[in-house]
Amino acid sequence: MDTSEDILQQASPDLVRGSETARRSKAARLSPSFISWLQAGPMMLVFLAFFLIPLVFVVIVSFWDYNEYQLLPAFSGRGYTDTFEGCIAQLPDLCTIAKTYLKTLKLCFLVWVITLFIGFWVAYFLAFHVKSKTWQMGLSLLCTIPFWTSNVIRMIAWIPLLGRNGLVNSGLVKTGLINHPVEWLLFSEFSVVLALVHLFTFFMVVPIFNSMVRIDKSLIEAAYDAGATGFQTLVNVIIPLAKPGIVIGSIFVITIVMGDFITIGVMGGQQIAAAGKIIETRVNALQFPAAAANAVILLVITFLIITMMSRIVDIKKEL
Amino acid sequence: MTETTRKKGLSRRTLLKSTAGLAGLAAGSGAITGFPYVMSAEPKVLRYLGTAVNEGDEISKQCLKDTGIKIEYITATTDDVTKRVMTQPNSFDVLDTEYFALKKIVPSGNILALDARKIKEFDNITPVFTKGVTPGGKKIGGQGTAPWKVLYLEGKDSKKFATSATEFVTLIPTVYNADTLGIRPDIIKRPISSWAELLNPEFKGKASILNIPSIGIMDAAMVVEATGKYKYADKGNMTKEEIDLTMKVMTEAKKAGQFRAFWKDFNESVNLMASGETVIQSMWSPAVTKVRSMGIACTFQPLKEGYRSWASGFCVSKGVSGAKLEWAYEFVNWFLSGYAGAYLNRQGYYSAVLSTAKAHMEPYEWAYWMEGKAAEKDIKAPDGSLLEKAGAVRDGGSYEDRMGGVACWNAVMDENDYMVRKWNEFIAA
Repeated sequence: MDTSEDILQQASPDLVRGSETARRSKAARLSPSFISWLQAGPMMLVFLAFFLIPLVFVVIVSFWDYNEYQLLPAFSGRGYTDTFEGCIAQLPDLCTIAKTYLKTLKLCFLVWVITLFIGFWVAYFLAFHVKSKTWQMGLSLLCTIPFWTSNVIRMIAWIPLLGRNGLVNSGLVKTGLINHPVEWLLFSEFSVVLALVHLFTFFMVVPIFNSMVRIDKSLIEAAYDAGATGFQTLVNVIIPLAKPGIVIGSIFVITIVMGDFITIGVMGGQQIAAAGKIIETRVNALQFPAAAANAVILLVITFLIITMMSRIVDIKKEL
Repeated sequence: MTETTRKKGLSRRTLLKSTAGLAGLAAGSGAITGFPYVMSAEPKVLRYLGTAVNEGDEISKQCLKDTGIKIEYITATTDDVTKRVMTQPNSFDVLDTEYFALKKIVPSGNILALDARKIKEFDNITPVFTKGVTPGGKKIGGQGTAPWKVLYLEGKDSKKFATSATEFVTLIPTVYNADTLGIRPDIIKRPISSWAELLNPEFKGKASILNIPSIGIMDAAMVVEATGKYKYADKGNMTKEEIDLTMKVMTEAKKAGQFRAFWKDFNESVNLMASGETVIQSMWSPAVTKVRSMGIACTFQPLKEGYRSWASGFCVSKGVSGAKLEWAYEFVNWFLSGYAGAYLNRQGYYSAVLSTAKAHMEPYEWAYWMEGKAAEKDIKAPDGSLLEKAGAVRDGGSYEDRMGGVACWNAVMDENDYMVRKWNEFIAA
């Protein structure tokens, strides 16, 4: 056999190479699934190591007991019962956790509506009105400006603008619109929403823009030819086709705002409750199981919201 | 099309390669810096975990010059320092923390008590720490976690605080101060003399407290007591009913819009005050100085009910032994030998060993900071910037008056868990 192959090789190298190719193609035929596992593998491992396993630990720890200085690995529902303390006894008054989530959801809803509105029109402008790719790129980069500063700097920067003696107030007083400086501009829900919108509109713009640029322009022409008004085209063509982007952007914004406590803390003067802030206070007091229980609750609620949203649009199918 | 794909592929690969290289480099450098600790006694390095209070660059530079010990600062907030001691006790050598954290740290067994006999100046440490009296003999209020209650352990590895002096010291005292309300006299325009003023409706929307629950509630208790509503047996260790009562008063004030914002960080407190967002708030001494150095009137107002005090000191991680432990002693001894004490005194804090600090200060500086006398010359900060012009007098006066006026100390309560829950309720109200 060997000899014959040797002879073959001598006689016709092309033939041998051919058989090698055949072998390789056989290997390729065998393992498309193996290759896709290989491609997804690194991400999967990262996901497993840095998300799923820690998450499992959080859930486990949330059922532990604790004292002032250590975790006690014995089953205890204390993290949860403490969290829902008074939820039935205090009725009709709301308990702490209910109040906190109502406030968080309210902020979340406001931020979502405003970022969606602004984000949609910014993306619309970028996708349909800006013709050159360079300008599209340049203008989307402009949207990242809010990320150039840290939270601390942002807080220091808002005081001279929105504060009692700030630019806005002194401007309004000078023009005679108001007699006394208004207080609700800073350290209020208004300033929290303002800061969150300022920060996160970008997360709406990018996915919506991405969906919009992929809309086949001939569809819009067809709608125009069929006599649709601009508004009809928007409602019946553009919005349905931009839906995946809208949902993805919404998921970004909602998950971030639900878990945020830094911006809410800084802009709300630490006086506005947030789901994330409860966790922070607990962690700082070294009450890790209680913090973990609150984290699980937050996760469940956020997950419910996202499930509801993905009911509206099947992202997998749309992509 | 193929061309661009290939280019993309290439660049991605290069990126991956360079990232991997960077990661390798980072891992490598970590290994390199970690190595000599174990292998040789050459560079004396101590990892120093603490809040920013004591961590001056000048201090570490001078320490290197005097002792050859290189200090690597690990700076964290009060809460994070405690968290780190509990969860990563091997990530530091020397710990600089507050006495009230000891109720959590000592039972965890993650720190090592130091031997008082190896501290040269231990007998010269101010009686504020050891006996609860000022050098002049004034009795100091002991509510809360007063240092003398938690200064000694029963034995080397004991987790119990001793009631009388032993040689096992939990924290070798370094720095402390008496805190009170900071006010803007230029806006308030009338004398302020009581903690009750913090909740005076006159300052609606212009007051602030500290957003650290265990400290915030103490300030609140000072207010409640000042208004005559209730007298606590121990403000630093309230019962559940007392916590409820205190939080109720605070919640009513919050709902009425008394507070502009709560602050957590030094700079936040400076900004609130300097911008006029608040005119009365709990504050730290150097923050008042900072506002004043911006040319804005700000007073660290002494109040008739007294001060809320805090104190901190050094111990080492349980993982420290052998030569490294000796360096730690050397460092602590150096810290008490005067240079650092003078540095802290010039910032408006107090040093634990007064005699050595005095030797490192000019007589006029000592007279201003410690004796409450009018400044003979301009008073300068450790970095040389002007703090006060000649003729100024320190708010609250002398060391005796200020430390003698302490009513309570920062604390961790037995009902801490309940208190934290109530604090969250207060924020949600």
